[in-house]
Order: sequence, then C-alpha cells, then structure tokens
Amino acid sequence: MAEGGLILDALRVALNGKTLVALDTTLGPGEVLTVMGPSGAGKSTLLAALIGQLPPAFRMSGRIILNGRDITALPTEARRMGLLFQDDVLFPHLSVGGNLAFGLPAHIRGRAARMDRVRAALADIGLAGFETRDPTTLSGGQRARVALMRMLLSEPEALLLDEAFSKLDMGLRAQIRSLVFDTARARGLPVVQVTHDRADAEAAGGRVVEV
Amino acid sequence: MGAMTTAAPVPRSLWAWAPALTVAALIGPVAAGLIGTLAPALGLHPTLGGAGLSLEPFRALMDWPGLGRAVWLSLWVGLASTALSLAIVILIVAAWQGTRSLARVERLLSPLLSVPHAAAALGLAFLIAPSGWIARLISPWATGWDRPPDLLILHDPGGLALIAGLLTKEVPFLMLMTLAALPQADAAARMRVARALGYGQVTGWLKTVLPAIYRQIRLPIYAVLAYAMSTVDMAVILGPTTPPVLAVQVVAWMHDPDLSMRFQAAAGAVLQLALVIGALALWRICEMFGSAVLTRWRGSGGRGNPALERLIARGALGLGVALAAMLIAGLAGLAAWSVAGLWSFPDPLPHSLTLRSWTRAAPGLADPLRETLIIGAVAAAVSLALVIACLEAEHRTGRTPSDAARWLLYLPLIVPQVAFLTGLQTLAIGVGLDGGRAAVIAAHIVFVLPYVFLSLSDPWRAWDRRQATVAHALGAGPLRVLWAVRLPMLLQPVLTAAAVGFAVSVGQYLPTLLVGAGRIETLTTEAVALSSGGDRRIVGVYTLVQFVVLVIPFAAALLVPRLVQRRRADNG
Repeated sequence: MAEGGLILDALRVALNGKTLVALDTTLGPGEVLTVMGPSGAGKSTLLAALIGQLPPAFRMSGRIILNGRDITALPTEARRMGLLFQDDVLFPHLSVGGNLAFGLPAHIRGRAARMDRVRAALADIGLAGFETRDPTTLSGGQRARVALMRMLLSEPEALLLDEAFSKLDMGLRAQIRSLVFDTARARGLPVVQVTHDRADAEAAGGRVVEV
Repeated sequence: MGAMTTAAPVPRSLWAWAPALTVAALIGPVAAGLIGTLAPALGLHPTLGGAGLSLEPFRALMDWPGLGRAVWLSLWVGLASTALSLAIVILIVAAWQGTRSLARVERLLSPLLSVPHAAAALGLAFLIAPSGWIARLISPWATGWDRPPDLLILHDPGGLALIAGLLTKEVPFLMLMTLAALPQADAAARMRVARALGYGQVTGWLKTVLPAIYRQIRLPIYAVLAYAMSTVDMAVILGPTTPPVLAVQVVAWMHDPDLSMRFQAAAGAVLQLALVIGALALWRICEMFGSAVLTRWRGSGGRGNPALERLIARGALGLGVALAAMLIAGLAGLAAWSVAGLWSFPDPLPHSLTLRSWTRAAPGLADPLRETLIIGAVAAAVSLALVIACLEAEHRTGRTPSDAARWLLYLPLIVPQVAFLTGLQTLAIGVGLDGGRAAVIAAHIVFVLPYVFLSLSDPWRAWDRRQATVAHALGAGPLRVLWAVRLPMLLQPVLTAAAVGFAVSVGQYLPTLLVGAGRIETLTTEAVALSSGGDRRIVGVYTLVQFVVLVIPFAAALLVPRLVQRRRADNG
C-alpha cells in the first residue's frame, strides 16, 4: 500500500439500495481520470463520496486510499483532497490575500512568513500586489487563478474538479485548463474530474469513464 | 474490503447536545410553570397552607362576580383582534403582492415590530384619550370641547381600545410572517398562472396562494390568538377595568397581600389556559369551515369583480397604513410629552419645551436601565448561542428539523404567559427561591429564543454549503469553518437576530414582573407601573429611553457589516 497515487478500491455509492456509481481503479501521480455523464447521473455523488460530504441517505462501500493512507472514514479536512468548483467559491468576507492565507497550512508559522508565501504565490499566478484586493473586484480569470492557488497552497495530495471550467468563457477556459493540468502533472497529483464537456476530457488526456 | 457503512462520517462534537439543551431551555420553564399552576389550583401547596386536594380554589373563582364578563372579554378581544389582523394582512398581501408599495411596507415592518407592546399601548393611549392628540386636533372647532370630554374611550367596557392596540402590533407580525412564507409557496408563479387564466389579483391570490401560505402562518396565528387573549401589559393600559380581562385579574390576585388568594389566582390561570385551548379549537374548526368555503368558491370559476377588488386593495392598505400611523404618532406623542412644559387642552403642541421631566426622571432611570440592558444582553446572547449551536448541529448531521420541532419552538408563544409564569412564581416560593435576575433571564430566554431562531434560521439555511466544503477541503476543521467562514459571512443576519432577541427581552412585562417577584425593575415594568399614575411626562421619558435602547442594536446590525465591508474595500 505504500505506492503513491489514488486507489479507488471497489468504491460503490448507493441510494435506497440502487447503485449510483461504482469505480475500481488506481490513479498514478499526475494521472487524470475524467468522469463523464449527463446531469443527475451521479457525477456529483462520486465527488461528494471522494471528498467525504455524502448526505446521510447515501450508502458507500469500498475504500479510498491516497498515497498509502486509508482516507475512507476521514473527515473532509483530513483527506488532503484539493477541490475546485465551477464557481471559484472565493470567501467574500476575506481579501484575496486572506483567501490564500486560509489555504496555507498552520505549520507555516509567523505572520511575516505566511505573508511572504501569499505574496510569492500571487506573483506565481501573475497577480503580484493583489493581496489586499476584494475578490469581487477581480475578473473571472483572476478569480479562477486565485481559487486554484488557494487550493494548491493547502498542499493537497490529489485534485478533484467539479465542472471546474464550465463557467469560464472560451478563450479563458483553455488557458486555465492547461494551467490546472500542467500544475497537477508537475506536482504529481492524481486528478479526478467530472464534466459534461468532451473538450475537458481531451485536454486532460487521461482515461475517460462514463456514468 | 470495507463493509457497508453510512457514507458521510458524521463528526462527533460537543455541539451534539445543543438541540436537547435548547428544548430544555424552552420547555422546562413552561412545563415546570404549568405544574406550579395546576397544583395550587387543586389546593396543593403546603407552604401556603393548602395541604389537601380540593376544588375550593375553583369554587372561589366561580364565586367572583366578574368572572363571566372577564371570560367573555378575553374571548372577544382575542378572537376579534386575531381575525381582524389576519384579514387585514391577507387582503393587503393579496392585493399588493409583487408591487413596489408592498416592498416599501416591508421595510417599515422590522422597526414597527421592535416597538414593545407596552410602549405601543402607551402611545395609543395618549393618542386616543379624551385629552389625547386626536381630541386636541379636532377641538374646539369641530367638537366644541374646551376641556377634555368625560368619555370612556380608554378602558372602554367593550375592549375596543385594547383591540386597536393589539392590531398595531399583530398586523406587522403577521405581515412579516406572511411575506416570509411567499417564496416558499412559489407565490409569484401561482399568480402568473392565475392572472393568465383571467383571475383578478385579489381573487386569484385568495384562490391559489392563500391555501399554501396559510399552512406556513398557522402557528404564528395561533401565537397571536393566544397572546391577544391573555395579554396583561396592553390590557392594563388600554383594556376594561371593572372587571378587567381574566389575565389581568389573575395577576392582581397574585399580588394580593392575602397569600391565600394565590389559590384563586392559580385556578384563574388554569381557566385562562383552558380558554386559550378552547379558542384554538374553535379557530381550527373555523379554518376547516373556511377551507371548505374556499374550495367551493374556487370551483365556481368566478374571476373577481375589478371594481370590488380595487376597493378591497385600497381599503386594506389604508387600514394597514392607518395602524402604522397610529403607532408612530403615539410614540411621537410620548416623545413630545417628555419635553413638554405647560401643555393645556386643546392645544395641539406644548406651550414650551423643557428638559425638567428628564432631570426629574434621571435618578430613577439608572437602575431600570441597567437591569434592562443586562437582562436583554444576556438573554439575547444565550439564545443566540443556543440557536447557532442548533443550526450548526442541523448542518453537520444533515438532518432537517421535523414539524414537531416547529411546534416546540412556538409552544412558549402559544401557552398563555399567565398560565405558567404564575406557576413559576408559586414554585419559587415553594422551594424557598427568591426571584433573582438569573431567574428573570431564564424566563426571558423562553420567549427570546423562538424569535432569534425564526430570525436566523432562514439566512443560515440559505447559506451556500459549498463555502463549507471548500473550507474543509482546504484543511479547516468544523469549528474553524464556523468561526472563520460562516459567522463572518452571516454577520448581518446574526447581528439582526441578536437585535431581535434583545428587543423581545426589553419588551417583556409579565415574565419580569412575576418571575422577578416585583424586585427586578426594567424600563418596561416601570413604564407600565407609571402609566396608572397618569404622569404623561415621566411615562414619555421612560418610553423614549426604551425606544433608544431598542434602536441602537438594530442600527448596529445594519452598520457594522457595512463598516467591515468598507474597510476591506478601502484596502483594495
């Protein structure tokens, strides 16, 4: 079990005895699995199961192993699964810097050290000097980059994408998409994305399953 | 291989006990109080010398000559004011739903609602009294009066002044509840269909929206009926006196120096409870009858008469506006009295203005003001903490509360105050406890908590759960998500709920009077006590101070979130 990557070991989610999703697969570091299907087919249910947010009515069997850790029964905050929604879901009560600092783990200590990390991260995504800005004043592409960077700062070991690009306009979509997948590959993060957009699957380049 | 498990790992936390504790805080005092009322009503109260089970207290109650009249008054005032306020509210909303006028009315509601019952009654009293503003404005040119006429307008034997006073408070309350229910009933879509089928605005609303709305506002209506039947502070200020409504008489017996009168008081409180239960049953029967009539009317296919609809629309709104104007003018009148020098009849305004009443009242004001602030702040804070804990527990377990939970919330508002508060006082004597400030706060929480819950639950539940999911995915535990994400994002509704809770506490009369055993004095108990003395200037001072105390938290709830927001925006 010590090998890296994300193992979905006979994972099955059922509602009222009816199976919604069943997956049994292994994702190596940097590998992408695209889950496609019409809305209501159980794509979001799969993500909720992976992140640990299934409503009580659902039943889940099987195991989820991430980099050798069995995270099946862990609460969301202990799983180290990074999550991107179709909306960026930036916290509106925090500045851009505050949003990034929220993702920064507690082991980075000291106000100055944490601020340095935030400033450096903003420079990485071409938003140097944006730390005191209100998120509502940012463009769609800027917000998407902040959401991605906030997630990366939390040092995730895998990535979950919930229609993460569907609300961006065409030109921006390709740009953000390659930023996300390049970063995942560079950091060796296994990625599960659910989408109904064939182009997302093609850009990801990995396996595709239909539900 | 993993066995079949429940999917979401429900986080175990200290918050799990929150709902149970909240139910205990709500139901405990009500249940204890009812027992404390029932026992002496049946002659059981060793400390007061009632050792054996007997019906003597009820026999004594029956022998009171005013009983028939007092019972009839309670029923008449309760049913008439509730039916009238419901009719006004339903017709206003039916006629004006979706218009700018209604949106404007909606903004007026919260301030009107926060006016304590006693203050509303005092204001109305000074407006309609023979020497009040209305009489002054039409005298002497229209009436020929050059001194206040000897008319029984206040305390009229038919309870009309009391009914008017209740309307000024009940119409805003039911209106707010009705407007809150509109989105859940999908009222706008129903109306589009009804209008497209050729139904008039009012007719279409009554036929398609009302049935869905009524289910939502049934419990608030029951609370209004129970309150109207058993109010004490409003009835002392506006109601008939010989005899008064039953609840007022019960409180008078409770304060009789002859302690044996407490048995009779307890019997009266039990009768009051029975009356409310009977009236609720009668109301329920009328609901079923009304529903049958509505169903037949719907089947008739009538589209409504445009001229009649216009008349109803204007009439209902006119009545509503008149009630609001009465409330506001009454408070303005009290403010005027508080700074009035010489003000003789029939002058509409005082001859001179002076701060003498304020300097005269100041020394006596300090203590009640301090008690009001402490009790209100603690009751609101405890209620807010319990409500947030409950809502958070609901969020974490993913369970939605049942209808039974909604009933529990309304129970303290439906059981007449006089029926269980007298019992609480009797119990306290029985176990040798003094009515202290803590006891008063606990009694206030019974009434504060439901309103805090009603105020906060909708915005809390409407919050985008993905914010929590994202925060968790970033490594934040449940407590950090609550403190660092959810509460700051919900700052405005949280502060508003706190202000509502504080306002409810400030307005409480009977819980302070009975549980405090007369030793805890707040602005409200003082204002009501002073009102019988007839010193309008001092009563005006107390009411105005009370009003200022209420306005500050509401203003803070509006301003603080904006300041926090602006500070961040300025940084950008």
